[in-house]
Amino acid sequence: MNGPHDLGGQMGFGPVAPEKDEPYFHADWEKRALGLTLSGGAFGAWTIDESRHARENIPPADYLAASYYEIWTRALEVLLERHGFATRAEIDAGRKQTEPVTPKRILKADMVAGVLAKGGPCDRPVGTEPRFQPGDRVRTRNFNPQTHTRLPRYARAKTGVVEAVQGSYVFPDDNAHGRGENPQWVYTVVFDGPEIWGEGADPTLTVSIDAWESYLERV
Amino acid sequence: MSADHHDHDHHHEHGHDNRYSDMQARVKALETVLTEKGLIDPEAIDAIVETYETKIGPRNGARVVAKAWSDPGFAEWLRTDATAAIASLGFTGRQGEHMRAVFNTPETHNLVVCTLCSCYPWAVLGLPPVWYKAPAYRSRAVIDPRGVLAEFGLTLPETKKIRVWDSTAELRYLVVPERPEGTDGLGEEALADLVSRDAMIGTAVAGAQP
Repeated sequence: MNGPHDLGGQMGFGPVAPEKDEPYFHADWEKRALGLTLSGGAFGAWTIDESRHARENIPPADYLAASYYEIWTRALEVLLERHGFATRAEIDAGRKQTEPVTPKRILKADMVAGVLAKGGPCDRPVGTEPRFQPGDRVRTRNFNPQTHTRLPRYARAKTGVVEAVQGSYVFPDDNAHGRGENPQWVYTVVFDGPEIWGEGADPTLTVSIDAWESYLERV
Repeated sequence: MSADHHDHDHHHEHGHDNRYSDMQARVKALETVLTEKGLIDPEAIDAIVETYETKIGPRNGARVVAKAWSDPGFAEWLRTDATAAIASLGFTGRQGEHMRAVFNTPETHNLVVCTLCSCYPWAVLGLPPVWYKAPAYRSRAVIDPRGVLAEFGLTLPETKKIRVWDSTAELRYLVVPERPEGTDGLGEEALADLVSRDAMIGTAVAGAQP
């Protein structure tokens, strides 16, 4: 979707504001929001792709005004409600009013080290050979799906060169919507700055994306 | 803003949502509900926070870089199979499952961004800083990297190529900065001291700051 999250090339946000000796958290609630988001993910009820899409669906004005932990929190609430774990009214009240569905897993303190060390690999075998090889010239698709995609707007309908075949991975455009993992080959595709940004682009710039095979067409 | 009471629900749909005006209260309510329902363990949250405050941070990545500078065999392994090379130092797991290391050279400077969200190599750098997740960096890194770098106090030669890696898939990128001059005698621990978090994102070079 062409949501507020798709920020590459947008203007008007001002200078980057690095903070010297930045703390890991700026408020206690950020710590809890991190832990709640990971604990919710452990339920096994939604995928990382669905959670990303929930964040993208925050109304643009809210998304752009929110800190990232607020973005996570808002999306977590949507996911909890969608999957039957908590209603909006319960969260508003801060009190249990209904029985939740049973998650596949509840993250306990003694599981944390193991879960974090294991992570969630999303490489999957596919039954086909890669369609493209390093050096191939490719053009990204020109589309504007209303659903989740990881092809940024700035990199659509652009010609680049395949630099590497990176393996085969869960396809987020399907997985975010419960249509299955449907893995595809992923390629690092490099674009010259002027191909993306046109007149006045920095001639020393190249930008790469990691693109699923169905994003690409041979040139 | 309308004070009409009938505007209440409409207000939540289209205007600023007051639910999120006090995040401390909002998140507390969320944690309370989920705890009452038996869905979360507050001590698990404590453990997650402690892990990222004390165990998983940019020192991990700095050790990887220092080893790559010191051991050509490891550097080659890192270049060809970063996930395995990094795992050999004990750094694995969440947001580090599929690692790639990209090496700065005299000709090319690498810069990592996630324009679509906040993808970041947690296993080697820990939690991302606020600026990495904020619109200014995410919007400009791909179109005006030199301007962004200047805001970090880094001005590259005009002839130096800049390669920006937009983390659009599940690969996570670690920049291996160039080893500073005059560090020949240093061991890995001392070398790691020269490698900042920002140098491994690409918004700094090694040795520029402690």
